[in-house]
This record gives sequence, C-alpha cells and structure tokens, in this order.
Amino acid sequence: MQAPIADPIQVNRASISGPGPVLKVDNLAVAYKVRGGEIEAVHEASFEIYRGESHGIVGESGCGKSTVAWAIVNFLGPNGYVKRGSITFLGQELVGKSEEELRQLRGDQIAMVFQDPMQALNPSLRIGDQMAEVLTVHRGISREEAEARCLHMLERVYMPDPANVLRRYPHQLSGGQQQRVVIAMALLNNPALLIMDEPTTALDVTVEAAVLDLIAELQRDFDTAIMFITHNLGVVARVCDKVGVMYAGEMVERGTVEEIFSRPRHPYTQGLLRCVPRLGMNKAESILYPIRGRVPPPNARPFGCVFAPRCDYARERCLQEKPRLRPVSAGVGESVSEVRCHFAEEIDPDQWRPPLDLELPIAATPPAVSSNTGEPLLRIEGLRKYYRVQGNALRDVLGLGAKRYVKAVEDVSLSVPKGITLGIVGESGCGKTTLVKTIIGLEEPSAGKMHFLGFDITNGINKRDVRLIQEMQMVFQNPDATMNPTYTVGQQIARPMLRFKTVPKHRVREEVIRLLKAMRLDASYYDRLPRQLSGGEKQRVGIARALASRPDLILCDEPVSALDVSVQAAILNLLLEVQRQFGTTLIFIAHDLSVVRFFSDYVAVMYLGQMMEIGPAEAIYAPPYHPYTEALLSAVPIPDPKAQQKRIRLEGTVPSALNPPGGCRFHTRCPRRHLLPDGGRVCETETPPWRDAGHGHRIFCHLPLEVLRTLDPVLTTPSHEA
Amino acid sequence: MSVAQPTLDTLAPSTRQRWRENLQLVLASRVATIGLALVLFWIIVGLVSLFWTPYPPNSSLFAQNQLPNSTNWLGTDHLGRDILSRLMAGTQVILLKTRLPNRDWVIPGGVAFWGVLGALVFGSFLGLNAGYRGGWWDQVIMQALDALVAFPAIVLYLVIITAFQRGDLVVIFAIALTGTPGIARLVRSLTLDIKTRDFIRAAETRGESAFYIMFREILPNARGPLLVDAMLRVGYAIFAIGTLGFLGLGLPPPDPDWGSMVNDARRYIFVFPWGVIPPSLAIASLVVGLNLFADGLREELARYQK
Repeated sequence: MQAPIADPIQVNRASISGPGPVLKVDNLAVAYKVRGGEIEAVHEASFEIYRGESHGIVGESGCGKSTVAWAIVNFLGPNGYVKRGSITFLGQELVGKSEEELRQLRGDQIAMVFQDPMQALNPSLRIGDQMAEVLTVHRGISREEAEARCLHMLERVYMPDPANVLRRYPHQLSGGQQQRVVIAMALLNNPALLIMDEPTTALDVTVEAAVLDLIAELQRDFDTAIMFITHNLGVVARVCDKVGVMYAGEMVERGTVEEIFSRPRHPYTQGLLRCVPRLGMNKAESILYPIRGRVPPPNARPFGCVFAPRCDYARERCLQEKPRLRPVSAGVGESVSEVRCHFAEEIDPDQWRPPLDLELPIAATPPAVSSNTGEPLLRIEGLRKYYRVQGNALRDVLGLGAKRYVKAVEDVSLSVPKGITLGIVGESGCGKTTLVKTIIGLEEPSAGKMHFLGFDITNGINKRDVRLIQEMQMVFQNPDATMNPTYTVGQQIARPMLRFKTVPKHRVREEVIRLLKAMRLDASYYDRLPRQLSGGEKQRVGIARALASRPDLILCDEPVSALDVSVQAAILNLLLEVQRQFGTTLIFIAHDLSVVRFFSDYVAVMYLGQMMEIGPAEAIYAPPYHPYTEALLSAVPIPDPKAQQKRIRLEGTVPSALNPPGGCRFHTRCPRRHLLPDGGRVCETETPPWRDAGHGHRIFCHLPLEVLRTLDPVLTTPSHEA
Repeated sequence: MSVAQPTLDTLAPSTRQRWRENLQLVLASRVATIGLALVLFWIIVGLVSLFWTPYPPNSSLFAQNQLPNSTNWLGTDHLGRDILSRLMAGTQVILLKTRLPNRDWVIPGGVAFWGVLGALVFGSFLGLNAGYRGGWWDQVIMQALDALVAFPAIVLYLVIITAFQRGDLVVIFAIALTGTPGIARLVRSLTLDIKTRDFIRAAETRGESAFYIMFREILPNARGPLLVDAMLRVGYAIFAIGTLGFLGLGLPPPDPDWGSMVNDARRYIFVFPWGVIPPSLAIASLVVGLNLFADGLREELARYQK
C-alpha cells in the first residue's frame, strides 16, 4: 500500500474541517452581464460535500453546472457575479470577499481539473517544472524536495516511466497521460476539495476507464471531497457517491447514486434515464425515449416550474408556482433525497407510458440476413489508405530519406447489403473517419477496391459520375459547422435537389417542406438561418440535406456525439425512421458502443486501422468476442450502479500509426495473449486469420473460436436478464 | 462538447430587421459611431455639392489668398477661387463620380470606391484560389503577390501613371493593383480557416465545382473582415490620391482635388499659410473617420464572441 509522504498539511486539514461539510452551497444564483441586461445562468443550486465523498453534478449543456464550479473558484470572468446565496468552504464564507481574501482562504485547498488538460498545462514548460511550481509557490519547499514529491505523485497516478515524463513537454504526452499529470498536480497539495469539470469527456473510452479507476482510488487514499461535473450518467454511476441533477440553472434532484438510479423522483431525471442508451439491453428492449420539447434559453425560462413545459405530469400548480428543493422520504435506510417537484410522491416511473406525440420509430423488423441475395450495395476489398508524412531532417526534405507513411486504414474488407445499418466503432485514431472519407471519395484510396451499386468507385469524388455521387451522401459530426451560416435552411436543403436535378424547379420548395416535415420540423424553418437553430435542429437539417437527393447510402460520421443526451435519442430515432421510410442504407460511425448497440444491424470494430471484428449486433455484444471488443465493452461506463461489468483494462497507449506493430496491431496491449501457446509470439509476426463464427460474424484473431467462446460475458445485470 | 441552445426566433429576420441589427451594432460602439458620422458628413457634403455649391468651384471670382470672411467662409486660393466650394466639389471625384477618358461621360462612384472594389475583386479571386486549392497554386500566387508588395506603393503609382498618363481610370487601376496583395492575403487566411468546416466537406461530397465552393460557399462567410479591411483601404486610397495630387500626378484638372489643392497652396505657404489647412483637414478627417468606423466595427464584432 502506498503510504503518503508525511504531510503537515494533512494534519492541519483534519483540524480545520471538523465534522461539517467541506463545501456547502446554499441557494446560489450566478448571473452574467451581457449587452442589454443580464443572464441568470444559475438560478438556484444547493448541495454539500463532505470529506471523502464524491458528489456528481449532472446535467445537459446550458444547465449551469460549470458556472457553479467557476463561482466556487472565482473564475467567472469580468462579467459574471454571484447574485444570491452563499458558498461556504471549510466553514468560511466565500461570497462577498475580495480577491486577496479569497486567495488566502482558498490557498491551496481547492484544486480544479478541467476537461481539456491543455488548459491546465503550460505548453512551453516541462512537466517537472510545472508540477514543482505548485509546491514551491504554495509551500515554499526546496526544489529538490518538490521534485521528489512530484515523482512520487506521478507514480501514484500510474504514469509509466515517471522520471522521463518529468523532463518532457505536454505535447509529448497523450491525452490520457496529460490528464493524469493534471490530476497529479491537483493532488500535490492535498487539497480539501477537488473540482473536476468533465475530466474524461475528451478521452477515449478505454483511457477514460483507466482514469476513472484512478480517481476512485485516489479519492479513497487522499480522503478528498470531490465535486464531479459531467453530462455522462454512466460515469456518475461508476465514480460518485452522491449526485445532483441540474436542469436550466436549477438543481432539481439530489440524492445518493443508488437512489437516483433505482428510484428517480423528478420527471426530468426519469426522462434522462429513459433516453440514455444502455449496454445491457437487447435490441428489442432498447428503444430510447427522448424528452419532448427543448431546454429553455436562460433569458426565457418559464415562470413556474422550469421543467413544466416538457413534463408529462405537469398540472396547473406547476405552471404557477415554483417548487422548492425539498427532502422526500426515501424509505431505504436513512438516505434522504431532495426533489424540486410539487408532486414527486405521486409519480411512479414504472407506470409511465410514452405519450402519443413522442416521436418513436415503429419497431423495425430487422431484415433477415439471408434474404439479401444479389449484389451487395457496397463492397470493399483490401482497402488501404496511407498518408505520406514529410520528415524534418535534411535528407527527407531533399527526398533522400526513407518514405514514411501514416497507415490510417489497413486492409479493410466488408460488404454492405441493401437496407441495413452498419455501425463502425472504434476509438480515436482507429481509422473509422478515414475509412468513411475514402468511401465517399474525399480521400483517394492507396490500394484496394471499392464497388458501389456494382460500379467501381476506387477513386476520388472528382472522378466519379454525378449519378453515383447522388446516391451516396454524408451527415457530419459537428452541427454548428455542418451548415453554411449565410444561407437559409431552405436554400441549403434545396441545393442538392437543384444540383442533381431530382426535382423540377417549381416543385423544389414543396419538396423541401416535405423533407422538413419528415424531420419533424415545421414549414417555418424554411426561411430560418442556422444561427437561429438549436444543435439538434441543425443536425436534423443536416440529415434532411443528405436525404434531399434520395441517396441509396448515407454515411453518418458520429452524428450525435456533439449533442445532448435527450437530443441524441430524438435524432437516433429519427435516423431509424428515415431508414424505414426511405429505405436507405446507413453506415454509422460512433465511438460509443452503447449508442451503436440498439441502432445497428451489423457492427464493425476497428483498432488502429484494422477491422477487428464484424458481425450482427447481437453477436458482437455476447461472447465470442475479439479481445479488443471485450476491453471496449468492459470500459464503457454504464448508467446503472448495480450492473456488474468485467474489469478489463488495457495497458499502455495506442501505438502510433506511423509505426504500427506488425502482425495483429493489437498485440502490444492484448490482455488475452497469454491464452496462446508461447505467450502469443505468433501475434507479433503473422497477420491473424478471420475466424468465422457463423451468420456473418467474423473475428480477426489468432485465438481459436473455441477459446473465445469460453470467455465470460462482460456484462451481467441482475435486473435485466436478457 | 455538447452544443448549447441559442436564443430562438421563430421568424426569419427581415431585411429591415437585419439593417436595424447592423445599425445597433454600429451605434453600440462610440468609436464606430463617430467614424460613421464623419464619413456620412462628407458623403452628404459631396451629394449636396453635385447640385449646389456656394460659388462655382472653378471660377476665379474673388481676390486671391483671402482669409475666411463673410463672403468666403473658408477664404480663397491663389487663383481667387472659393475654397469652400472647391472643398465640397473635391469630394466628388474621390467618392462620388469617375470621369471616363475621351468622353464627357461620368460613372457613379468615386475613384477611391472603384479602386478598392477592383482590389477586392482581384484580391478575392486570387486569395480564394490560393487558399482553397493550396499546393502549387498557393505558392505561385502568393510569391507573385509578395513580389508586387516589394515595390513601394508610390513607386508603383508613379510607374503606372507615367506609363498610362493621367486619368481617373489609371488611378483606379493603380489603387486596385496596390490593394490586391493585401486583400489576397486576408482572403487566403480566411479561406484556410473556413475550408476546414464541415459544410465545405458537404459541398465537396455533392461534387460541387471548385468555383462554386469558393465563390458561393466560402466567400459569403468572409464578408465581415473583408468589409472592415475594405473600408480601411478606402482611407488609404484617399490618402494616396492626396499624395498623388501633391506630387502633381493626381486626377487631372479641372475638377478640384484635395491633394492638388494642398500642392498648389504649398507654394504660397510663407505668404498665406491658411491655404493648406482646409484641404489637409478634409483629407485627415475623412481618413480618420473611415479608420474609426472600421476599428469600432471590428471591436464590436469581436466583443461578445467567445
């Protein structure tokens, strides 16, 4: 057991904090001054965090959770201010104090970890210098001793080769390693309170799992109070003890994690839990129910209960009177939840039925695999995409050095029948985006063949026939950037129709409105500009634009990653309905296995440019697995604290695609290598064969199928038996 | 990472509403308002002068070199012409009308206006191609423009005007040529940024031609900074015209031109120092006004952006 270095501050801290909460926020209201008035970002937030407790703050974008954190550390910027309420830290009031007094009160007792580690790391200083600075400035200890403590702390956060890392610059570390450094820096002074603002959102799933494990362990060792801000309910279920749910600037529910997930009281929490994709469900069960309506903008919040316009249980009183955050009896031990709802006791989530106007896809019968005879819609054989990299040495500039390539996609073959949905899953750098770009022709393949509708499309988009281009369209990831800000919605949807001449000119407007209606947007959207639309609406318009030319195939590049959870559900349902109505084939890229699960007929898993496994969706989520798929499934945070998930963590980092490992590219991190004779020597030298597990399920591994079948399933949930 | 919800209007902004929004933007900045006021002042003076000036600007009606008095509010120049009238008429050629050679025809819009417009057109075309196509296009275009920039602007003006002789169109050409590299650089850097956005990818996946993407997708999004830059360039152009006039190479007579007014008055400066002041102040105030307007606008546009 690693014993912390004897630290006088820890002794001091114990005497300061006493039995009370480390942080107590009471009726906090924070506002920002803007041109022509002010916006109240946080209307009423109250919670408290005790020592050794991890308190999650969950909410969608715009709910004010980050603003609460910034108010605590006085980070609001020149136009933000605390309008009402109190923030008490270790018994001392923080609101209303001057900058200097706050600095002394907080001192080194509050540390913050941001979403983007580069915000906390100075790119022009070495890691060792930055970390030592934390100690030398706050404690005034000598440089050598500071470095020794930094080294020790890096070991605590399981940083490989810590002595070397101290001498490196931030850009020489991976994202996960940077985040570990930031966490180490935050813990160096043994703070009483650690605020983490979406620390793992920007990380890959497997890296995220490792960092979350680290946070849980450090919390136990250091006995720090943690305030954990996130929008991901799965992360909350894994890491937090208590959770507060925020909506539109107010805390609407608070309680222990078990209570909130098993018996949510507030209709918003119930709605959230219904629209979060879960890994354990089988396909028929896992319909996502979006929350109707949209989040009110901060300057147009409703008068009574802020959730009333979207609530299925709203009554007269909800529209008139603002509910207060009040305790409601839990009935489980002594834990008491607090809810901001007039009728919390009368609402039973098990009795809920989806209202009629909620957009849901009609339960699609998956096309039988065998009925797809004839030419597949898209056939890819041995596709490779290499990017040439120019070295910096003089030899390379003169053209004399060895040529180096980023091998982004290596030998991918697949065959997509008509009318199905193929989900491609992988972490960042696995080549899924490059694959899709090559398919659509934004990149030219380096080797291999592609056939679409029987025609050869092994070339860039400039060389393709316009009728083929018409049949393959794409939906993009970032809703803000997917539309041209200077043209109206109607103009942008009409453009493909005019370009491909699918519709005579005088009928274009009518057709555009029909498409808008299919996207559940009414005709008034025709003349709106993109800046007047919300993220979900922009993405719908992006889908409408892709559909405008009636393509046979639509490629979706992470279309819901940048959207809030409740909006994600609506867009995914929309895509399903589009597929049913228009008969389009979809290829869907995601990095989240749970999203792809209920949505796809087939799933392909990619790692470092190679396809590791492909097969029908049910087959992927049950053994036999590829070891990488197994690791991915065990890393995804599940929004159910009672779910039992195997804990398989991958060692090391993803190797560089400039110099990928030989043979099976996963062999450097594979946790199942030892099952092969000779410790898996063959994985390093030979390309694995494709193991056929039937029904189109193929696994790219040296391990024989019998061995793979004996592995336990990753997920066993006592509440959901499949 | 999640997308936040903006303020929602249910109706598309009408043209009037857009103008009002833009005006409010300008008025929100004191600097921009002052600049706009100065520029509008001179435009109005110029428009008025098309129909009326206190006295005919080109007629020697008065005694020479008079200080301001009740008949000549700004005094008279060395040929006995009323300075105020000449000042008012001087705005015309710069801002309001261009004389075509060999005829008596006049097209609306002054020399400065057409010159900057020409720079905008050439510069945008070159900058878009360099930015969007990249590679050799970028290298060749930018190196050529760099070579052009290496010449001092005045030298270029001198060369062009002596080669083609004095005339409004020649000055327009000269202004356009010297303005092109700066605009091209600006447009190129804007293009490099806008090119990375998804809606350009979307246009590419529709197989749109390069020209469509450059002029219909990218260019409309570069309007803001381009407008600000263009306004500054009008100021530089006016200044350049003034300098040319001072050097004796400016717009040909008989229409009065502030620069040549300064040049003429310069010769009598020891006897009649007042003569240089009105046209100098006129040039200065117009250029300063344009600068302030452009600055204030840029500040306002950037103020509430994250």
